[in-house]
Amino acid sequence: MLGRTLREVSTALKQGHITPTELCQKCLSLIKKTKFLNAYITVSEEVALKQAEESEKRYKKGHSLGDLDGIPVAVKDNFSTSSIETTCASNMLKGYVPPYNATVVQKLLDKGAVLMGKTNLDEFAMGSGSTDGVFGPVKNPWSYSKQYREKRKQKAHGENEDSNWLITGGSSGGSAAAVAAFTCFAALGSDTGGSTRNPAAHCGVVGFKPSYGLVSRHGLIPLVNSMDVPGILTRCVDDAAIVLGMLAGHDPKDSTTIQDPVKPFTLPTSADVNKLCIGIPKEYLAPELSSEVRSFWSKAANLFESEGAKVIEVSLPHTSYSIVCYHVLCTSEVASNMARFDGLEYGHRCDINVSTEAMYAATRREGFNDVVRGRILSGNFFLLKENYENYFIKAQKVRRLIANDFVNVFNSGVDVLLTPTTLSEAVPYLEFIKEDNRTRSAQDDIFTQAVNMAGLPAVSVPVALSNQGLPIGLQFIGRAFCDQQLLKIAKWFEKQVQFPVIQLQELMDDCSSDFEIEKLSSVSLKQ
Amino acid sequence: MAALMLRWSCLGKRWVLACIDGGSRHGRGAAIGLTSRRKRGQSSVAQQPLIAVQKSRKGEHEWAAVVGLEIHAQISSNSKLFSGSQVHFAAPPNSLVSFFDASLPGTLPVLNRRCVEAAVMTGLALNCRINKKSLFDRKHYFYADLPAGYQITQQRLPIAVNGSLAYSVSVGKKPSQVSTRTVRIKQIQLEQDSGKSLHDEPRSQTLIDLNRAGVGLLEVVLEPDMSCGEEAASAVRELQLILQALGTSQANMAEGQLRVDANISVHHPGEPLGVRTEVKNLNSARFLAKAIDFEIKRQIHELENGRKILNETRSFDDKLGCTMPMRDKEGKQDYRFMPEPNLPPLLLYDTASLPPGADPQQVINIDWIRERLPELPGKTREKLIQQYGMLPEHSFTLLNEVGLLEFFQNVIKETRAEPKKVTSWVLNIFLGFLKQQNLAVNESPVTPSALAELLNLLDRKAISSSAARQVFEELWQSKGKTPSQIVSEKKLELMQDQEALERVCHTVMEGHPQVGVEGRRKAMHFSAC
Repeated sequence: MLGRTLREVSTALKQGHITPTELCQKCLSLIKKTKFLNAYITVSEEVALKQAEESEKRYKKGHSLGDLDGIPVAVKDNFSTSSIETTCASNMLKGYVPPYNATVVQKLLDKGAVLMGKTNLDEFAMGSGSTDGVFGPVKNPWSYSKQYREKRKQKAHGENEDSNWLITGGSSGGSAAAVAAFTCFAALGSDTGGSTRNPAAHCGVVGFKPSYGLVSRHGLIPLVNSMDVPGILTRCVDDAAIVLGMLAGHDPKDSTTIQDPVKPFTLPTSADVNKLCIGIPKEYLAPELSSEVRSFWSKAANLFESEGAKVIEVSLPHTSYSIVCYHVLCTSEVASNMARFDGLEYGHRCDINVSTEAMYAATRREGFNDVVRGRILSGNFFLLKENYENYFIKAQKVRRLIANDFVNVFNSGVDVLLTPTTLSEAVPYLEFIKEDNRTRSAQDDIFTQAVNMAGLPAVSVPVALSNQGLPIGLQFIGRAFCDQQLLKIAKWFEKQVQFPVIQLQELMDDCSSDFEIEKLSSVSLKQ
Repeated sequence: MAALMLRWSCLGKRWVLACIDGGSRHGRGAAIGLTSRRKRGQSSVAQQPLIAVQKSRKGEHEWAAVVGLEIHAQISSNSKLFSGSQVHFAAPPNSLVSFFDASLPGTLPVLNRRCVEAAVMTGLALNCRINKKSLFDRKHYFYADLPAGYQITQQRLPIAVNGSLAYSVSVGKKPSQVSTRTVRIKQIQLEQDSGKSLHDEPRSQTLIDLNRAGVGLLEVVLEPDMSCGEEAASAVRELQLILQALGTSQANMAEGQLRVDANISVHHPGEPLGVRTEVKNLNSARFLAKAIDFEIKRQIHELENGRKILNETRSFDDKLGCTMPMRDKEGKQDYRFMPEPNLPPLLLYDTASLPPGADPQQVINIDWIRERLPELPGKTREKLIQQYGMLPEHSFTLLNEVGLLEFFQNVIKETRAEPKKVTSWVLNIFLGFLKQQNLAVNESPVTPSALAELLNLLDRKAISSSAARQVFEELWQSKGKTPSQIVSEKKLELMQDQEALERVCHTVMEGHPQVGVEGRRKAMHFSAC
């Protein structure tokens, strides 16, 4: 049952094959079994069981709240959750219990979703590995999959298996791992430079970044306000569309959300791609791109072409400036957004009280990790009066050029862009930490970041397993606010590629009964 | 034509400055006005030492002072600029604080329509150009009563620019000599107020009250077109009246709804402007004038003694009557301005640019607001002068006292007495009594109706002027009695019976032949009233 998609399990709930409480308990027990993945910072067991119980009552009365009623979900720990600790994986917010729900959390709860817990991330979402949070790194469930283990055995040279676990990517690694390991059916991430799509690609799940302004940011603890969007992680594109339908729309508490009414995002069961024009941005053929990813990318393009779509090479000429531009804009906003963490109103406060200034300094030194402090420092440098013109204003101009690149391509008749999501499959933790956070973030975000600059919708869809038995994802980028069309194409693609289901039976022996059903479900998915 | 005399004493010396009307202040930005030229004969004795000092320094006789103002007016609105918390003065500490006001992570600003309308109204009333597109910025600094670590303001593109404010100052010795001046308004910007820090020194604690944090402010920036404390105070007073007439701010300085920072520098006319200092948080018109005049004299004194003026922030000590450097404002602040990413550009429309089918709740039409602007004080004074033949200075006094105009108008409505008579009674006797007892108009024991009735009695010669004064005093003492009751109780009616009056006169004169001559004059006076 746990291996099913959200839509399938929703049908099962409606038909009474399983009750919300049973489903919730199954997920809770799996969360406990997979605790070592470190996907969750807080498991809200009591709240979840209570919500499941209420959902059950609704089903009994025939008053279900719709597709999400009774569905276990998880939320990245940078979304405010009323009466549930929200830490951003930082010492600064350890013990901070918000008095309100983020709009997206409230919308999920209003639709009857059951909140399993808060997922792990890089501190304040600053990172691309989910390795730099105060609660430790998240482990990629695929490290323990049958598919990966078998490949490793072939190559094994007496390495210590346990120390070779893989990173999830980030910063929404906890959410991606939670969905990939079947502990929930959908999870919220956040996406500022690729933080939802990157771990989705590494964990073999769908990672969707909606258009900027389509989904409310109210209650999302910001990284870069002008680029942040709540992201959706699910096991299939259809599920992402269902969740998006629940979340999208104007929020009076977020002035940057669109005013126009939003229609439900229903995707057709069969789509026709022969009238489509697929753009392949030539600048995305980076030298660091692994040959495997490159080959899947090209196969995917061929697939569209073989189905009658027009596939053309396009140019996004300012792509190479994206990373450095992002660095200036991101750190500047970080410097500003982090100014509120002074230990006065909430969060960590140091013991030093000789002066207000000394208290601020010590609080912030103790509260933030090196990555956060580094970004605050550089951001403040860029915002100094003497530097503002040369850095911030220039970066804003470059951002405009990058956004215009996309506008030009879409105006030339391209419907959707097809790109890699990441350079390669997930790497082992020990490999990953050889480089520092900044280098890693710069490398890992290259295919995803420009999208945030332009506010476009994008989705990472798992395509296939690499030679090592690890998932590889490809990204589709759509026109602004054409999220539905984007998902429609992604769904068609997903159906063609038949990405294999992760096999975790070895890991969770006593869950085998659940996973037998899961096998069935993967069959049903193919029908 | 020397304008006003200001006195200041410091360091054992006495300085006197005269604020001289430039006469031909043509063009904008003419910053002449304050000089220390002396005119013998009209100066008081106290001016003597100054002349001595100045004569000893050839070629440095003239100093011109340049004064610009930044005025923060709290917007009169039900809720704060970016949050739904209520706005109230003197509410229990931290009782009006939303999650946004406390800067809880993840909260976002939502612009209050009323505050935008107040800014547009104020801009229009001050002859500004309203920017159809304006932007919000973050201004960063760490302070305990600024929870977010930044203030949202409008640094780059404010809501209104390029306006002007006409105000009047008395010139010459008589109060009737009023001169009208104009100060340019650089811009009006919308911004957030901060909270309040209360320093508990004995316990070395700082207590924070966030009730005020996030209240909407209009920052009105006046160009340095003023040259002395009196001018600045008069400009601020006029602005205050305009804001109150518009209802955009209660503009009560004592309650901190109107706060003034003054930028002051001195230079020799014809030479570049001097280094300026900023005097912060002036919370009464009187202190504003005092602080500016002190600062001008201090700067002149410093320069004349070969010292330099530092570009610094100073505060005014109202007890000592002098300005001092602010310790916590030492060093240059870099506010690291940045665009506020959570607020899209603020777009305003006029009737021509209004998008068709726009939701009236979502758009602000400048023309619509312009058509509904209330009467401004300048116009009110003009009408008073025309309608009642009032002297200009009387129209100023009527408007300057809170509630006095309304009182006057209520009296006028109910009395047959001549407007000039009413003006004279309201401004001389009524206001005199108020001042003497330090009362506000709304605390007056005499109602407009009572004064109107009294003036009616006077008008139809039922009582004499001196009796009317007596009745007024009675009215002031004993509430609840009408003037007619007092007149009849005290038997103050004038005798109208010619024969009876003659009989009285004869009796008196016969009884007191020695004072007959004087008595006749008094009797004549009686009957003539």
